[in-house]
Amino acid sequence: MSTELVRRGPAAPPPAIPPYRPPQARLPRLLAGLSYYRSVGLREHEHRYGPIPWRGHSGRERPERLIDVVDRSGLTGRGGAGFPTGRKMRAVASGRGPAVVVANGAEGEPASGKDRLLLTRLPHLVMDGISLAADAVGAQEAYLCVHQRETELLASLADAADARYRAGIDPGPIKIVGIPGRYVSSEQSAIVAFLGGGPAKPTFAPPRPHERGVRGRPTLENNVETLAHLALIARYGDGWFRSIGLPSATGSALVTVGGGVARPGVYEIELGTSIGQVIMLAGGPTERPQALLVGGYFGGWLTAEEAWEIPMSQPTLRAAGAAMGAGMVLALPVTSCGLAETARVVRYLAEETAGQCGPCVMGLPALADALADLAFHGGRGRATGQIQRLLPVIEGRGACRHPDGATQLVRSALRTFSAEAQWHDQHGACYGVARDPLLPVPGDEEREWGWR
Amino acid sequence: MGLEMSITLRINPIMCDGHGMCAELLPEIITLDQWGYPLLAAGPVPRPLTGLARRAAQACPTLALLIEETRPKHR
Repeated sequence: MSTELVRRGPAAPPPAIPPYRPPQARLPRLLAGLSYYRSVGLREHEHRYGPIPWRGHSGRERPERLIDVVDRSGLTGRGGAGFPTGRKMRAVASGRGPAVVVANGAEGEPASGKDRLLLTRLPHLVMDGISLAADAVGAQEAYLCVHQRETELLASLADAADARYRAGIDPGPIKIVGIPGRYVSSEQSAIVAFLGGGPAKPTFAPPRPHERGVRGRPTLENNVETLAHLALIARYGDGWFRSIGLPSATGSALVTVGGGVARPGVYEIELGTSIGQVIMLAGGPTERPQALLVGGYFGGWLTAEEAWEIPMSQPTLRAAGAAMGAGMVLALPVTSCGLAETARVVRYLAEETAGQCGPCVMGLPALADALADLAFHGGRGRATGQIQRLLPVIEGRGACRHPDGATQLVRSALRTFSAEAQWHDQHGACYGVARDPLLPVPGDEEREWGWR
Repeated sequence: MGLEMSITLRINPIMCDGHGMCAELLPEIITLDQWGYPLLAAGPVPRPLTGLARRAAQACPTLALLIEETRPKHR
């Protein structure tokens, strides 16, 4: 029934609001207004982007149509799962009772920096997205979650939320919440549990958050980058968003490039850009890379040769055995040992289990032990077999995807470093294990151990 | 015909403490891994075993064994 509205194209802008002209047809989009050294304030934000659209028309029909625009834009979640945002919004909007919006800015991946970049420099772009999403799904409450130890960030976000509320932009102030910095605490059901007063641990599904989330209400949970894209789509339309990227993965995305590259950092890319180009964007490799970890610790290893031409997008990376994840690309130089790197990460993941599901509690430490044997001590011909036997017993047996992420990483390591694994298993550690760790794993001092 | 209903077993891994009662009562479908947590055979429960499956679910001390009923779709 809404196809009529769709055919007519974007509605004429309401008279009081100046027309929104896309500042950039291509790139940068999200990072167009980036300042290197400070957070962009409300006045500067409004000067650049104009006032928040779709507002001041309290009739229900306009916010409903934002969901259609998001649907047509092809926007997918940028937090890791890559679920279509429009479909998620529709599910929440059709749920029972008042909805809740949760913006997830608690970047759990130690190697990722994109969410932090957005929140520290462009908080109002994210908050525009929160406000628009809340309007579209009929939510009266909106939360923005970051790690509780980031006290400076919490304070600056609270100031920004307060400024918006006082300026009359948001109907109610966006609540800034600090959550525990555990790896699994930024999983969406864990955040829902935490906001409901419980420990920040994943819960059993169903119910899923969009059905019954925070205090039983239908809950729209999105990554902060997704919401920033939403803020731009609401202004410039779905056609603008789709004008770059692949048909199967539209628009741009933020990626964090690290490891052995000249200029590690956060970059905005057009989806479909080859992994090789992404590495070159970050100044190119400092040493010849042997393999790339794509998608973070729930992604997968690919050899440099096979990865170089693969386009960055969820479907193409899935097909290759990696993942888009939260958009991380880490280059591993030839002089490093991929098995040692993987072993350290799997140990970290094992320690970060929520301690709820038996196969994860027992399986991940066993997997980490076997991998450490293989990487550092030599497997005496037994370690690879032991790892291969453990993987199927762990996979798919947790309430959340934590154990599956770890097994996917290990599988990709055994595939990508198969010759090295064989060598390690028979002869012992290679010279690469002596090299400093490349993949970041938080040290004991920076780790949090509680769940509230 | 239309009344036929098939059931599928599922485990709530958070609730499961590995008592192993289910594997004792329903060894045809449930086995235990090296730590004593249940492993389910894939697919729906075969018709002759549905009664035993329900009884195993009731006997679970932590109520972690769940029965999901799937009705065949009407066309």
